[in-house]
Amino acid sequence: MSETIQLQIARYSPESDDEPRWQTFETPVRKEWTVLDALNYIKDRVDGSVTYRWSCRMGICGSCGMMVNGEPKLTCATFLGDYLPGPVRIAPLRYFPVVRDLVVEIGDFLEKLVAVKPWLVRKEEKAPDAGEYLQTPQQLDAYKQFSLCINCMLCYAACPVYGLEPGFIGPAALALAQRYNLDSRDQGAGERMDILSQAEGIWGCTFVGECTAACPKHVDPAGAIQQYKVAAVQDWFKTLLLPRGAR
Amino acid sequence: MARRQLEPFLWALFSAGGVVAALFIPVHLFLWGVAVPVTGITPPSYAAALAAAQHPAARLYLLAICSLPLFHWAHRFRYTLYDGLQVKHLNEIINTFCYGGAIAGTAAAVYLLWRI
Amino acid sequence: MKPRALAHTPYHPRWYRPRVSTYWWLHQWSYARFVLRELTSIFVAWFVLLTLFGLRALERGPAAYAAYLAWLRRPTVVAIDAISFLFVLFHAVTWFSLAPRAMVLRVGGKRVPEKVIAGAIYAVWVVISVVLGRFLLGG
Repeated sequence: MSETIQLQIARYSPESDDEPRWQTFETPVRKEWTVLDALNYIKDRVDGSVTYRWSCRMGICGSCGMMVNGEPKLTCATFLGDYLPGPVRIAPLRYFPVVRDLVVEIGDFLEKLVAVKPWLVRKEEKAPDAGEYLQTPQQLDAYKQFSLCINCMLCYAACPVYGLEPGFIGPAALALAQRYNLDSRDQGAGERMDILSQAEGIWGCTFVGECTAACPKHVDPAGAIQQYKVAAVQDWFKTLLLPRGAR
Repeated sequence: MARRQLEPFLWALFSAGGVVAALFIPVHLFLWGVAVPVTGITPPSYAAALAAAQHPAARLYLLAICSLPLFHWAHRFRYTLYDGLQVKHLNEIINTFCYGGAIAGTAAAVYLLWRI
Repeated sequence: MKPRALAHTPYHPRWYRPRVSTYWWLHQWSYARFVLRELTSIFVAWFVLLTLFGLRALERGPAAYAAYLAWLRRPTVVAIDAISFLFVLFHAVTWFSLAPRAMVLRVGGKRVPEKVIAGAIYAVWVVISVVLGRFLLGG
């Protein structure tokens, strides 16, 4: 195949630019090439200054998220041939500050992720010689889908509320909070509820649903958030009617 | 504190209103708003309509389909303004207009259903 | 361990932070469809107004009721009601397709598929509509 395709890549140099500009490249198209392969071709042979993140190149590390023709994609999981005849516009992940070229600052996401306590919270730890925490396949099933998140942040790039609302925790963090809430080994639902039920925390979500559409791992963060809202309402009524306690 | 505790309740109202609106309003709107005026179907007489509305179950039903959908509108419209027009800085006016409107509509419904 | 306040990413002079456009909802079809779905709430509110007008007419007497029916027959009002009906229908259809995502029902250990829940909701909707329809027309 001696086909080529045009790539328009957003370039931004904080030292010299006030805002991003597009730079056009031409790369070959091999049948099995992904957009990431084209980016690597450019960096290796055409312009070594193009800056972007990538790692596993097989859709599991979550590093290579970018906007490809306006849609959030993992560039290692997006076939170049699908965009023929081109051009392909590659931009940094939406709704995040741009550090350079295609690299975005993800600190906000990481802060929010930590805030929801994405780990098993126990009131009392079991001593190691008491054995493992046992879990049936059904109990695993209850949260498994939400545990598949690879923190690629495509859902954040898809979510307009995240772009508009500074306090919104966002799809992935909320799905992961729900993953731990639903884990039979976890006892931290109450602690998480305090963070999550803040006005901006989850209630800004208007179920646009784009996060689920963008997710490469079929986590369905939108579903997780709505399920969480239902749980929060039940909790609200419980604290109203039983103030001291059957939480 | 009060803010944080109110949102779950407001969302619950929004959900209830959404369910009521989805299940009941389409047929009402189609018949009253489109089918009866457009075709020649005779609507119920004043006496029949009044008698039907005066039934206690009917009053409750009418209150439900007037009040809950209004709270559904209030919550949804509020967020449409926040996100669609990015006017969240006007949130006090918006909240008063939306939830105040829903309360006013509910009050009107209660008043009218009491009087008929 | 207290988390830091949930601040949006702090200011950094060299990062590029594009402002979200006021017309973000026009930039892609899925966003536009979402906004249309949200706007259905206006037509839901319109229906409530319509009903309140009708109740007021009932309260005022036969003449007011006749005037209300005549008002309902005006072409502009019929047009508004027809458009409202389409939007309310859109609300119902989107609501029924989204509601199952919030409901996790388990039967015998397996999760009930969303399509089954949606199907049940639609069935209930049809029954309600038929029963209500006959009641409203029959008097």
